[in-house]
Amino acid sequence: MTAHRPSRLLSVFATLFVLVWMVTAGFPFLWTAWGSFKVEPDFFSRVDWTNALTGVNTVRQTGGAFTGDGYYGAWVLNDFWAAALSTAIVTVATVTLSLILGTLGGYALARSGYRYAFWILIVALIFRAMPHITLVSGYLVPFFELNIWGTLTTSIIVLVAINQPFTLWMLHSFFLSVPRDLDEAAMVDGCTRFQAFRTVILPVMWPGIITTGLFSFLLAYNDFAVTAMLLRQDNQTMIPKIASFLGSIQNEGNVMFAVSSVVSATVPLFLLVMFFQRQIVGGLTAGAVKG
Amino acid sequence: MPHRSFLFFILPSAIAMILFIALPIGSVLVQSLFVEHGQILHEVETCSPFGGCTTETRVDAEATNALRAAQPLGRFNGLGTYLNRNHLATGEIAAFWSASGSWGQFWSRVSQLPFYRALGFTIAYTLVVTPCGIALGFWIALAVNRIPKVLKGPVIFVSLLPMIITPLIGSLVLYWMLNSRGILGRALQWIADDPTLSIGSSGPLTWAVLFLYGIWIAAPFSFVVFYAGLQTVPQDTLESAMIDGASRWERVRFVVIPHLVPLATFVALVQLMDNFRVLEPIVGFNAQARATSLSFIIFNDLKAENGQLFGSAAATSMMTILFVVILLMPVLIRTWRDFSRKPA
Repeated sequence: MTAHRPSRLLSVFATLFVLVWMVTAGFPFLWTAWGSFKVEPDFFSRVDWTNALTGVNTVRQTGGAFTGDGYYGAWVLNDFWAAALSTAIVTVATVTLSLILGTLGGYALARSGYRYAFWILIVALIFRAMPHITLVSGYLVPFFELNIWGTLTTSIIVLVAINQPFTLWMLHSFFLSVPRDLDEAAMVDGCTRFQAFRTVILPVMWPGIITTGLFSFLLAYNDFAVTAMLLRQDNQTMIPKIASFLGSIQNEGNVMFAVSSVVSATVPLFLLVMFFQRQIVGGLTAGAVKG
Repeated sequence: MPHRSFLFFILPSAIAMILFIALPIGSVLVQSLFVEHGQILHEVETCSPFGGCTTETRVDAEATNALRAAQPLGRFNGLGTYLNRNHLATGEIAAFWSASGSWGQFWSRVSQLPFYRALGFTIAYTLVVTPCGIALGFWIALAVNRIPKVLKGPVIFVSLLPMIITPLIGSLVLYWMLNSRGILGRALQWIADDPTLSIGSSGPLTWAVLFLYGIWIAAPFSFVVFYAGLQTVPQDTLESAMIDGASRWERVRFVVIPHLVPLATFVALVQLMDNFRVLEPIVGFNAQARATSLSFIIFNDLKAENGQLFGSAAATSMMTILFVVILLMPVLIRTWRDFSRKPA
């Protein structure tokens, strides 16, 4: 019977398929990172695509095969550092607040045996499905009226709220995996509910909290709809800033500013996967298996 | 947990969601019934000693601004915004219906209307990208499961990149490679032997590229979930199937796939929600001339240079929310059934 031994042909085919997928998934980033150190006529060559490899025009214009002009133009001349700073503030604050609200709420949902906890989760699922831009169109007029449009604080609070449905679902399923006996034992020993939560449950929940934090980070960092509409020009985060580079694309060289800022904005994500690959994979599967 | 402490724990999160998700939906509903004030015009009569008198119509900027400040919502318009040309376009459709000779002609004219154009692309994108992304993810998971163990770590690392990448950045990275001066765009020109070929100038090509982008970012998620699922496939069942003489494909079809179905429904639900809100690739690929989505036309109304169109954006938002609820309906009905069957 052939079915018993692994077929070599199939293994070869599988390996080839995986290789093709790896190139598809990884090459675009490699290529763009490489190209960001070239000048525009090389990376977007009208003449010959190999110019991007050899960097003919880069050598002619700058004297070296690689140039940091795109980065200088974006970070220094166009204040991309300010956008990076805004992004740092927004993501750190959003993750912290999301986790504080989310652990409290997720714990309550996991421990309540009543029907309303179930309905809150269902409503959260519906909220999770709302396209963010539809909510943003509801914010603008009230925010203008209250005069709170355009500040980082407003964006942070909005992002925290938009992340809540997802955070609640994820933390709820992590809390379900912590046995109920644990908090009950703590309460028998004289803890209040909150003390049991803080001193007994949270310490064993750290892996779940870190994983949920990673996903909150991604939601806040990757957001375009909210930050593009709710922030002013001068306190924009990185993603809307990149979008605004595209608007002024006529000038020669501006495209390379956009390319280099895109590469810059990819670096934190790249590091994130490198260090937290296990947690990200664990989080995806935890949500799938239990949700 | 008693009601009191439940309330205490859930309150901060609930307040955030009510204030910034539930109330805005109400605010969208109200806004969609109003429309921006027009400019206030007044007539000025100027008389010159020789030419007689002429009346001119001028914009009264002061009065216009005062009115806009006093009533920021604009004036009440009822369902007018929903029915106008940029939304449901009932009048235009009625006219097309009576003027068009055939179904084909009727549909092609309807699909030119902004709302239907966006709706058509959004639905096509959701219906193409969701199943293709799941299928591709499934095949990658099967293949990765077979390769040597040392390779698995790097493969998962690279695979995660398209998923965690910012959608706008991901679409820009692909767009720069695919446009007529990028490496893949040049390759396409060479393959098609047509030096003028460019993605942006062809409608079907733009759609295809946007779909490919969608599959590219959607596949890793299904891959990771399915790959984890494959690790828990019951080995006994696989072995007994093997002893019973099931071929490789039969084992996948009758043992592995049934094991993964619950995961697939979860992945499908998440991806449907995410694909339906497609916005960034249209901005990144600069594709609005060939393809728009519901999210994109809302974004466009809110970004409008000369006066944001809140009423118009709100009307589109309301209809988008309605579609999302329809999309979730099967899930909601199933949950409701499971729930009422369960003894309380």
